Order: sequence, then structure tokens, then C-alpha cells
Amino acid sequence: MPFLRRTVPLAICFVMGIMTAFQYFVPHQLSRDFLELMTRWDKIIAGFAVFIGAYSLFHLHYSRIRFKVAGWGYSIFVFIGAIVTLGFGLYNGGDGFWVDKNEGTMFDWIYIYVQVPAGATIFSILAFFMASAAYRTFRARTVESALLLVAAIIVMLGRVPIGALISEHLPTAADWIMGVPNLAAKRGILLGVSLGAIATSIKIIFGIERQYLGGGD
Amino acid sequence: MAHSAQRTGGEEMNRSTDFWILVGTLIAFTVINTLFFAIGSFKINWDSFGIVIAVGLTLAMYSFLYKDNPAFKIAENLYVGVALGYTVIITWYNALKPDIYDPLFVPIFTKATEPEYLVIVPMILGIFMLMRISARLSWLSRWSFAFVVGLGSGLTIPNYIHTFILKQIEPSMRPLFYGGESIYVSVNGILVLVGVVTVLLYFFFSIEHKGPIGVASKIGIYFLMVSFGASFGYTVMGRMSLLIGRMIFLLRDWLGVLH
Amino acid sequence: MLDKLVNIDRRIIFALVAAAVVISLLMSFSLPVPATPPVMGIYDKINDMPPGSHVLIAFDYDPAAKEELQPMAIALLHHCYSRDLTVIGLTLWPGGTGLAEQALTSIARQYNRKSGEDFVFLGYKPGVASLIINMGENLYTAFPADFYGNDTKTLPALQGVESLRDLDYVIDLAAGASIETWIAFGKEKYKFDMGAGCTAVIGPDLYPFLDSDQINGLMAGLKGAAEYEVLVKYPAQAVEGMRPQSVTHALIVVFVIFSNAVFFASGGWRTVRRGPGARR
Repeated sequence: MPFLRRTVPLAICFVMGIMTAFQYFVPHQLSRDFLELMTRWDKIIAGFAVFIGAYSLFHLHYSRIRFKVAGWGYSIFVFIGAIVTLGFGLYNGGDGFWVDKNEGTMFDWIYIYVQVPAGATIFSILAFFMASAAYRTFRARTVESALLLVAAIIVMLGRVPIGALISEHLPTAADWIMGVPNLAAKRGILLGVSLGAIATSIKIIFGIERQYLGGGD
Repeated sequence: MAHSAQRTGGEEMNRSTDFWILVGTLIAFTVINTLFFAIGSFKINWDSFGIVIAVGLTLAMYSFLYKDNPAFKIAENLYVGVALGYTVIITWYNALKPDIYDPLFVPIFTKATEPEYLVIVPMILGIFMLMRISARLSWLSRWSFAFVVGLGSGLTIPNYIHTFILKQIEPSMRPLFYGGESIYVSVNGILVLVGVVTVLLYFFFSIEHKGPIGVASKIGIYFLMVSFGASFGYTVMGRMSLLIGRMIFLLRDWLGVLH
Repeated sequence: MLDKLVNIDRRIIFALVAAAVVISLLMSFSLPVPATPPVMGIYDKINDMPPGSHVLIAFDYDPAAKEELQPMAIALLHHCYSRDLTVIGLTLWPGGTGLAEQALTSIARQYNRKSGEDFVFLGYKPGVASLIINMGENLYTAFPADFYGNDTKTLPALQGVESLRDLDYVIDLAAGASIETWIAFGKEKYKFDMGAGCTAVIGPDLYPFLDSDQINGLMAGLKGAAEYEVLVKYPAQAVEGMRPQSVTHALIVVFVIFSNAVFFASGGWRTVRRGPGARR
């Protein structure tokens, strides 16, 4: 069935791509209604993607437990966390998941006192590692790295109140770095990345780039 | 042999030191919180209990700084599970329920309003997408991905050209003097233009970087390095802010020494 | 000897950083936080809007960026509510839903503002670019119900708003690439004024949009939030955080300068420049 497996998806992709790309140039109400309907559908489809994510995470940790990979015991906590949260979420304070979400339930409590502090802390650990890296590996070995280092120092000092106390020129210098060389480089990168994205989009629409098919025939 | 036995002995001693540090920390944590409840700093309710849990998780995460340990791993895995559960539930109440269940299924059963049958199309495409996890039917997911990717590509082309190419080139193509601005502004304008062009040259020229192109791409590298320095500075700022936020939480909401 | 200084146990560095934060938080000294032009851009825009104008705030972050963006959101909400503006909140990140709801409702209570009448929380919706375009064409098909399940067509707060075109201002608070998405598929397509707040990590990437006037203002990181807190005369967590922020930045700069001084003094640079197989 290569027709259903390959031709149909390539055709769907081509038709959708061409129609939405040309829609941009047609401000007629019909064309806008089409765009509204398609984006609305896309938004609904995207809602299902969360289950693929959930499946792959559960599958990963289930395999770890099943094959007793080193540290498999910790994977049990992924299931505990997920099942308790899902349980309270579906229970919805006793009203069930088929009515609107209630506020102030155990589900919200878990979010406020487990997810928020753990999520906020896990990335703050990097503060320590950045300090350590700055001390141990950040060296002006070449002209390029010296430029990077000097820019970093000026920005680090110029962007906090203490910079202005050290010298009134520090914030000005930091502003200049951000607004001139940084702006230029970031704009260059933005132009490059955008051209790349546009080229990839064209390749996808014309079926040259088929990664999304996920391999196989 | 003797050397390795010595090392194992050392490791065992380390392990037992770590064990006692863990136990000591847990005891200290319990004692402090019990004290807070006993003297009335914490009322006996779900919120206070929540703060204790939040502090416990925060400290468990930071324990990684000493060494990778069971407390960190448990907190980390628990967080992954809870975050996933939260995402699924929020997606149900905020997306799938109001977009599919309420307009399609509720009217079918209650007959209060006309069901929106058009919703069936994205629902089927959504279900097809889930087929990716099946070995036999995974090809059906290609239809959904084709729809999503095709739509995304079609939207990207004109909107990116307008927003990220034309609108971004425009400010770098301004005349140097159109009255009123200082030399400083004009010089900066030229510098930005030079930076953008040389960075693009550095990225795009597949020919050898020699002669004038070599010089230009070298200048491009210098611009990039300064911008990476700026990004590094900002990254330090961001990470420190996260740490400061957590410290404020510990000192204010838990220990109560900060107001 | 010098090598030993550079290769000290990293836990000593960790302890120094932690001590710098805790001590500077416990000591009370105040530092000036003058507002920079990008932050003033947002403040002035909100200040000049007549009461009842519609401001959309997209809370596109999750707990990982809470310490930077939640103070920003709170300062913004103080400003909007105190100026009697109608706030429309939403998020493109499922993990940010609770934080957005908490910020919107807790600050609203202080100004006696009612959900559905003076502000709306639309909640989370997937789709990112598609969702933004859907809202640009029709807000009510994008969000048939608000976060609490109320029919959006019946909400007084949304009267006069059919799509993104009818909004007076949009502010995206971002921990990811959502500002670019809002600009490309929202601002440029449906022509509304837009400002942005972001984590410090992505701040430098947004300068091209500031320069091209695609955003009229930008708050980057806790510093941006602190500037806004000072502007709205509500100094809170961000202003408080500027003391340790200053001290830790100074500490890192000292680390960098000291370790480089040791590196050059110990002749480490020679092995790099001249030695065979030099590490670069």
C-alpha cells in the first residue's frame, strides 16, 4: 500500500503547504475562513501530541524497571508522581473529569508545592556550575576568547546596579555592546536561521525533505 | 591488589560518611520543621505542610552540589512524573475538553445544541497521530504529521520572509544622515551593517576564506565572539536570578529571616 | 602552587556563591535601579492607554523560569490593574497555567477586580503558531471557553474584542522562542503593538526586534523585572534580588580575572601558543 503510506501523506503535505502559503496573499474572506478552520484543526491535533510524549516517557521508565537497568528503582518515582497527579487531576475535587476543572484541589496543591519548587530549583543548580566553569575554564587563550571574555565582564557588571557604582561608563559600554556588535551578530544569525527555515519549508512542501514520515516505506 | 583494596576501603569510608551526612541532614530537617510547628511559626494546615514539602524538594535538589545521591534522584524523578501528569491533565481541561468533548460529545448525549461534526476531522487526525506508537498502524500517523508539517511550512514561508528577512534588513539599510542624528548614531549604524554582512559572509560562503573574504569573515567572527560574550553574561545573570529566587524562598517562606 | 589554586575543589566555589547570595540577601543595603529605555517603552505604553483598553499578557513560561518571569508578571499586573485596563491572560506552555492563574487572580484581588468582568484568564492551548493565527482570525473559535469553563462570548471583559486586531497591546513573557512566534504570526500579521519580557538567557537574541521596532519594549531577566517594580512603585522580589545579583556578578568577574591572572602568571598561555598539539 505505498499509495496510502507514502503518496497520500506527501499529497496532504503539498496541498496544505501550497494552500496556506498562497493564502497569505489572498485577503478574501473565504481565504481567511479557510485559514481559521485549518489553524483551529491544527491546534486540536496538537493537543493529542501530549499523549505521545507521555507514552515515550512511561515506556522509557517501564523498560528501565523491567530490565533492571542501574538505578531502576528511581524510575518508580516517575510513575508515583505521574499517577498521583493524574489521579487527583481526574478526581477533580470529587466532581470528575467530565466537568470543568475545579480550583484549589489537591491537583493544584501538588503543582504549587511539588512541581513549582522542584522545577524552579533544578535549573538554578546551573548557577553553581556556571560559576565553577567561569573560574576553571574561562581563559583568554586567543584574541577571539579574549573578546568574548571582555564583553562578558562588561555586560555582567554593566547590567547590574553595582556596575554604575564602579564606573558610570560601564552601563553605557554594556548598552553599546548589546545594541551594536551583539545586535549585528544576532541579526546575522537570525537572517541565516530564517533563510534555512524557509528553504527547509520549501523542501518539505515539495517532498524533498521527508523526515516527518518517520522512515520505512 | 593492595592498592585497589586500599582504594575500595577509602570508597567505603566515603560512602559511610555520605550516608551519615544524609541521615544527619534528614534529622536536622525534621527537627527544624517540628520546631516550627511546635512554636507556631507554621500552622497545622495543608499550606504549611506544602511549604515543608517544597523546602524538602529544594534542598534535595541542591544536595546534588555535594554529590549525586538518592535524595536528588528521587526528587528529580518525582518532578518528571508530576510535570508529565500536570501537562496531561491541563491539556485535557484546557484543550481536548473544550475543543472536542464539549462541542461534539456533550451535544450528542444531551441534545441541547447541534453537535459540531466538523471537529471529527482533527479528532481523527489526532488519533491517527497516536498510531505512531503502534508497529502495524504507524503509517496512519504520517497523514496527521503531513497535515501539521505541511500547514507549518506553508505558514512559515511568507511570514518568515516578511518578519525575519525584510523587516530585519530594513533597519540596517537606513540612510546614514536624514537629519538630526549624531555622528555616534551614524557610526553605530555603519558598524551594525558591517557586522551583519560579515557574520553572513562567515556563515554562508562555502568557498575558502581567503583574501578579502577571509578578512571579512574574520571580522564576522569577532562580532560573533562579542555577542557570545554578551550572551554568556546574560546567561550568568539568568542562572543567578533563579538561585536568588530559591534562596529568597528558603530564607523568607521557610526560615522567616527575610521579610 | 598556582595550579592548585586554579584546580581547587569546585564545592568551595559552590559554597562561595551560596554565601554571597545569602549574606547579601540578609544585609540590607539599597542599590539604585534606574529604568532603561527598553523597559520604559513598555511602561510608557501602558501608562498612556485609556482605562478599559485591552492588554493581552501571554505567560509563556513554566516553573523553571518562575523566579525571573513571575516577578515581571506581577509588576506588570499591578500596573495594568491600577490603570483600570482589561487584562486578557493566556499561556502557550501547559506548565505555566498554574503560575499565570495565581498571578492574575492574586493581584486582581488586591485591586478588587473580578474574573470575567475586569480580566479574563483563557488558560492553556496547544498549537503555538496555529493558535496565534486562529486568535488573529477569531478569538472565540480559538478559545471557546475561558480557564474556568465560562463561554467566552458571554464575558463582559472581552466585549469589543473579536480577534487579535482589536487588542491595544500584547505582552509576551517568554522563557523560549515564543516572542519570535508572536511577532511573526501575530504582530506582523494582525498589526498590534507588542512588548516583551523574557528570561535573561534569551535577552540578547531579542535586540534585533527592538531595533526594528517589532517590539516597542523589552524586559530581560530579573533586572528588567526590578526596573519595572521601581517604575510602578511596587518594589518586591526583583528589587530585593538586585543586591545578591550585583554581588554574585562581581564574584564571577573576580573569579574570571583571578584565574586568568594565575593562568598567565604560571605561563599556561605559552603551552597554548607554542606547544605542539596546543589545546585551543
